[in-house]
Amino acid sequence: MSVAEDKAERVEGWNRPPVIEPEGEGELLEVAMGPHHPSTHGVFRMDVALDGERVVRLKPVFGYLHRNHEKIAEGASYLASMPYTDRLDYFCSLTNNWAYALAVEKLVGQAVPERAEYIRVILAELTRVQNHASSIGFLIQEMGASGTPLMYAFKEREKILDLFESLTGSRMMCNYMRFGGCRVDVSGPWLDATRKVVAGLPAFVDEFEALLSTNEILMARCQGMGILPPELAVNAGVSGPMLRAAGVNYDIRKVDRYGIYDRFQFRVPLGDHGDIYDRYMVRILEMRESIKILEQALPTIPTGPIMDAKAKIRGFRPKPGEAYGRIEAPKGELGFYLISDGGPNPYRYRVRPPSLINLTILEDMCLGHNVADVVLIFGSVDIVLGEVDR
Amino acid sequence: MLGDGILKGMAETARNFFGSYVSKERLTTVEYPEQRIPTAENARVFPFLVYDGTDWEAGMRCVACQICEKECPPKCIYIDKSTDKKPDYVGKPQFYPARFDIDISVCMSCQICVEVCPFEAIKMDTQFELATDDRFGGLLYDRKELSRSNEYYHAIHPTEAAEVDARLAEEKAKVEAKAKAAAEAAAAKAAAAATQPAAPAKADSSGLAATAPEAASLTDATKPAGGGS
Repeated sequence: MSVAEDKAERVEGWNRPPVIEPEGEGELLEVAMGPHHPSTHGVFRMDVALDGERVVRLKPVFGYLHRNHEKIAEGASYLASMPYTDRLDYFCSLTNNWAYALAVEKLVGQAVPERAEYIRVILAELTRVQNHASSIGFLIQEMGASGTPLMYAFKEREKILDLFESLTGSRMMCNYMRFGGCRVDVSGPWLDATRKVVAGLPAFVDEFEALLSTNEILMARCQGMGILPPELAVNAGVSGPMLRAAGVNYDIRKVDRYGIYDRFQFRVPLGDHGDIYDRYMVRILEMRESIKILEQALPTIPTGPIMDAKAKIRGFRPKPGEAYGRIEAPKGELGFYLISDGGPNPYRYRVRPPSLINLTILEDMCLGHNVADVVLIFGSVDIVLGEVDR
Repeated sequence: MLGDGILKGMAETARNFFGSYVSKERLTTVEYPEQRIPTAENARVFPFLVYDGTDWEAGMRCVACQICEKECPPKCIYIDKSTDKKPDYVGKPQFYPARFDIDISVCMSCQICVEVCPFEAIKMDTQFELATDDRFGGLLYDRKELSRSNEYYHAIHPTEAAEVDARLAEEKAKVEAKAKAAAEAAAAKAAAAATQPAAPAKADSSGLAATAPEAASLTDATKPAGGGS
């Protein structure tokens, strides 16, 4: 193929990853990492072709945890899909609830009372803190620090999950948001307990940073590793901390201003290099910004109803139409696309999962690195297989 | 200096390690079977059926309207409607579930059945130690295994149960007032009718008054079931 033809085959702005030619003689070693590899966060497989230790090809294989989420939702009523959204990204069920509720509210033009909006923001930011803390913990665990940072993160996560349990009844499968509000009201003691937990969060992030940020081993293994250039990140549709670590200023809380995020002062941390260390740092800083939002939201939460008076629970039939609701989930842009034909269940129900789309550039980030670093780069993407496969 | 960061992290770990001997705050785990953390009041595991009084079969609140069966996302509820009726807590004759099974190996504890139930008949339990070696029969609960008394409900969810009781009492008072008004109206009508014709009609008037509220409540009973579908 001539150079001109090769250029013509390239799509504008999107180039395939550079082809790495094996050095010297001999065959490539094909390794299937996963689906039962301890580093793959569940059942995920990477078919890696190795030239010695160097990765020459990498093919992500997913679908082992496919549970037919979209098809089930198309056969179930709108309300009955809500508990299934908990099971997409089971680390952050409340943000999943919110994204789905937002899509349905857009579809029917449903308003949400002020107090419910505040509760949603508080819960979403708590979710973000615990997700980022444990995702960093898992990343460090994959580096070989078996347990310590992860347990530090889980210690704090436990306090947040206790709050979720006392409010929603369940630690992880919260099933809390409804179309037009929330299911149960927060009580005074719950808000006090939340204030107490939030007051302890800055100290936790400080401790976490003292433990990790300047650690030489972490820096040596993370800096300059798995670089994601901003152009590629944008073209591949990467979102969330991955995109911001690449230096692209895009946070849906700022862009869309869904809910009541325009009332809070917070900054969007950005990375310079797009390497693993930047992703780690962006997550740490996002936790700090989330704590800032919580500190602003908790004292100003208004009184009032938590469900819109016009909201329907039974006999819910939206008018024919379509809607796309998206939020800044801890892992990136989580969107729900719904088409209604006027019936009790959606005609089309589509999830735009951040984890899956952030995984598509895994090969680009891994090529040329050692196989031990593949585990690390993969860990820095922060995925949950429940959301990748659905 | 190279190694500073590692030492800093080690100091943090040491502080936590030795701190756990001094401050209870740093100890976050418990020795589970011996030591237990009390469950949160809102905690939910699997549904149960509430009954009033002492007899589970007579006091069962469920009227087999089958809304929960329809709304259940994983479809783990199986209900057969009875052919006869029995009086419910306000005295109306209602259907009851001849069969009410929940397959808790399928149930995902989402609480949707509780939300859609118009009769406050199904609630969430907090019991979670349900392991069994029989994975088919042992995990398919029938209506006897599912039924729990209202007192039990009060013991596990006190706030919620008090609200439910208040709501039910209000409804009962409303129904009784309505029945009383209907009885009075029927009696007045019968009395008015009795004055015009001769004596024989007078004997029927008491019987008429008694059947009138029952007929009224029968139409009430079918209302919620029809509204949900």
